[in-house]
This record gives sequence, structure tokens and C-alpha cells, in this order.
Amino acid sequence: MRELMKGNEAIAEAAVRGGCRAFFGYPITPQNEIPEYMSWRMPEVGGCFVQAESEVSAINMVYGAAASGARVMTSSSSPGISLKQEGISYICGAELPCVIVNMVRGGPGLGGIQPAQSDYFQTVKGGGHGDYKMLVYGPATVQEAVDIMYDAFDKADKYRIPVMLLGDGMLGQIMEAVEIPKMKDSASFPKKEWATDGTGVGEKRRVINSLYIEPDVLEAINHKLFDVYSELEKHEVRFEEYLTDDAQTIIVAYGTVARIAKSAVNLLRAQGIKAGLLRPITLFPFPTLAIEKLAKKKNVKDFLATELSMGQMVEDVRLSVNGKKPVRFFGRTGGNVMLPEDIVNAVLEGK
Amino acid sequence: MEEKIIIAGFGGQGVLSLGQFIAYSAIEEGREVTWLPSYGPEMRGGTSNCSVVVSDLQVASPIISSPDFLIAMNKPSLYKFQMKVRPGGCIIVNASLIPDKVERTDVRVLYINAQDLAIEAGNSRTANIVILGVYIKQSGLFDKEKVLHVIEKKFASKPKVIPANIKAFELGYAI
Repeated sequence: MRELMKGNEAIAEAAVRGGCRAFFGYPITPQNEIPEYMSWRMPEVGGCFVQAESEVSAINMVYGAAASGARVMTSSSSPGISLKQEGISYICGAELPCVIVNMVRGGPGLGGIQPAQSDYFQTVKGGGHGDYKMLVYGPATVQEAVDIMYDAFDKADKYRIPVMLLGDGMLGQIMEAVEIPKMKDSASFPKKEWATDGTGVGEKRRVINSLYIEPDVLEAINHKLFDVYSELEKHEVRFEEYLTDDAQTIIVAYGTVARIAKSAVNLLRAQGIKAGLLRPITLFPFPTLAIEKLAKKKNVKDFLATELSMGQMVEDVRLSVNGKKPVRFFGRTGGNVMLPEDIVNAVLEGK
Repeated sequence: MEEKIIIAGFGGQGVLSLGQFIAYSAIEEGREVTWLPSYGPEMRGGTSNCSVVVSDLQVASPIISSPDFLIAMNKPSLYKFQMKVRPGGCIIVNASLIPDKVERTDVRVLYINAQDLAIEAGNSRTANIVILGVYIKQSGLFDKEKVLHVIEKKFASKPKVIPANIKAFELGYAI
């Protein structure tokens, strides 16, 4: 049955249905409905909810729970996610699975509380120290966010990495009709032979750690992690193409902005201008090959990346296009959101 | 089919819930819908608004540049949004709080004494439901019985207020 649900609440319920049984967080707008929801929902399903004393504490609780094999998550918004970066780096170094939600607000600093996409660099280029990546999704609708969240713990467990759902403030606050899938059976989850959960007595000691003093050992770990990341690049890239077949201008946008861009494509088509949309669904791994393929097409004349930032994802678009076609940028910031007509004008300015 | 509605007023006038009633009704009709609130450090007496898009297809932009309907519950809201309404669109004005007349001639305007009608319905807090009735009638996209069903469902935990809300809806719908 389809229900009308707020993005934040739908994401929380999808996490529960996907097997999440531990939530650690600290309040911040515009994602407060997630911890609020989890505060009553976790006890209901026999899970654990803690409102930590800080974001730093919350992410380290996630670290501990993940080490012991729990399906665990945290959520926050930009300044809070900055505070969590050290913990995220440790979790990556220790090869632990978890899920993190960032409902992005404007920055830098405390910034504002309105929607933004200015945490793209922090998320996909490594906000914490060291060579690491996460599997990052930028859903555009509440249903897509639900479907991604439902499988996020499976992906995290499979690759032993954090999965991040990168939403903008709008995705958290919007209400849409959604179908929430049924509860996953925890008996079907793969066993975690590495988890420090008290099992495996008499076997090889299980140690969860991210400290590797020997250069050769650490280098081997770095390579092991990057083997996982290249698996992600092979198997987990997701994107949507809309009217790109005969398009002259390709708009690249993710999240809620991609929906505004879709309306812009429709307006441009109504004026006889052949525009199309490429919407990355995974931000790491980025749909580089799909963009490269479009850049090679004769009918494609140029690209326009549009974001709620001063221009971050546009850099990955430029790397993918690799100089074959011009790539322009249009963005709004500060919590302001562009209208479809603004994107139309940005496309027309390039003609 | 796609209908875009902006609903705006003071915090506390039931602006967001009015939008939600429209959204729930759209789902009862099997349609797609987005309900996007303004959120922020709203002050008491400050303005609050939401954008509702009802469509047969998945809604692309939930951000509305040019609404088909503007529901203005207070004066600042009318002045903030009236010029954005598409030509041929409709503005529903809460005349109980807004003495001004709409400056445009290319839109339909309905002046509703929502507060008086709410009092007539038996509960002064149902002015937003009066306006819901007006909108549902004007829109023509909704089956009245389904909207009444939504009202009953949403107030199921407070059954005492259902009759006044039904009456408020009917008074608005009759206009």
C-alpha cells in the first residue's frame, strides 16, 4: 500500500526494514525526524537507540556496534557530518560496514538550515584523512531513497564499507507517496566471521583496528581497500538517462536538483531545444563511463552541470568529459533553490 | 494532468496541514503528489508555506515557479505570491484576514470569509478546512467523498472534532 510519508521518516523506516537495529545520533536540522522516529521505533523492534552527547561520540558508537557485527547507522547534517569525519576514516580503515545519512544544509561553518549540495567534495573525495572511499548515493525521490536505504546494509556488509545516503534538505522534508518494502529476515543476513561478537572461541583471534605501524602492512591494506573500490566501480554504478538519445545539451544533476532539471528538460523540449538529463544515482562510484560515452556522441554539443553549490560535482563531470566538449556550470547556494526556468536560462545562455 | 498549488499564511493557521489534506486526497485518487514545506527558524507570527504538486505522472520538480492555485491565508502571503500565479489560474483569498483586493485581472479570485464560516461550522479553528472545501470544488480533480474520508481518517484520534470539520468542508465546498 502506498502511504504519504516525509522523506526523513520513510528513510528511517526503510532502514529498520533493511535490518538496522542500532542508531546513534545527535540532533541537527534538517534531519531531526530520523532520530525522532528511531527513538521509538528501535525499542519497538528490539534495537538500540542512543542520543549521544555529541556527533563525535555517536560515530564512535557506530564504530563499536559495527565492530561487533550490528547493522548500525547514524544520521546528521553538514556541520554534524564534519564532526564525524575522524570516525568515518577509522571505520574505513578498520573495514567496517555501516550506513550514514547526510541531509545536506548550506555551509561553510554553521551556514544555514536550508537545502544544499555543498558536501559533495567532503563525501566523495574523502572528508576524513587517508585514502578511502564510501559507496555514496544521491537519491532524487523519497521512493528511491527508501529503496536504496532498504538495501544499504546489504551493500555495506558485502563490501565492508560505509554506505552514505547524501540527501539535500528538501529530500528530508518533502512528503511523497511511498511503498515501504517488508521487513528483511535477519536469518538471511550473511554471517560476519570477522566480528568481535563473542563467537569463534578457540579460533584465530578477531581484532578490529585501524593502526598499522609497518609500512608494508599498511600499504597492503591500502591496496586491499582500493581493490574493493574498483569492485564498486565495476558493479555498483547507477545512473538514469532522460531524453539523452538525440540531445545536444546534456544537463548533469543529482538529488532533488535532478528533478528540477528534468522539468527544465521538458520546458526546453517544448521550445524545440534538444536537451537531455544524465542523473548520477551513485556519486561514488561516479557514472564516468556513461558521461564519457555521451561526450563522444556527435549530436552532443555541450554539458551543463547544475548543483546547489559553487560547483563541486561539475569537476567529476569535467574529468569524465575529458575536454571533448565544453562543460558549463550553474549553481545556487545559501539554501536558495533554482527554479526549472533558471536552468532553462542557463542552457540558453550557452547557445 | 499536473496541478500546482502554493498555500501560505501565518504559522498556526493550518497552512501545512491544509497542504497535507490535499496530498492525502491525491493519493486516495491514485495520483502522484509532492508536498514540500518551507522549513526554517520560523517565528510565531512569521509566514509559513508549502508547495503541493498533484500529477498523473511522477512529479519532476517539487519547486513551483508558477502555481495554478494560490491559497493566501494572510496578507503578506498574498503579496508574496500573487504575481507568480499563472494567467488563468486561481487565487483563494482568506477575506477574514485580508481586506485587500487582488491587483490582477487575468486570474480567477475567490474571496472567502473563512473565519466566519469556521465559526458557523462550530469550531473557529477549521478555517483551513473551509478553504480545503473551496479548493476541492474549484480544482475538480478530486472525488468529494474521498476527501471526506481523508478528513475522518486524519481526525480519527480526535473524533469529537470530526463533525465540525466535515461541516466546515461542506460550507467551503458549497461556495
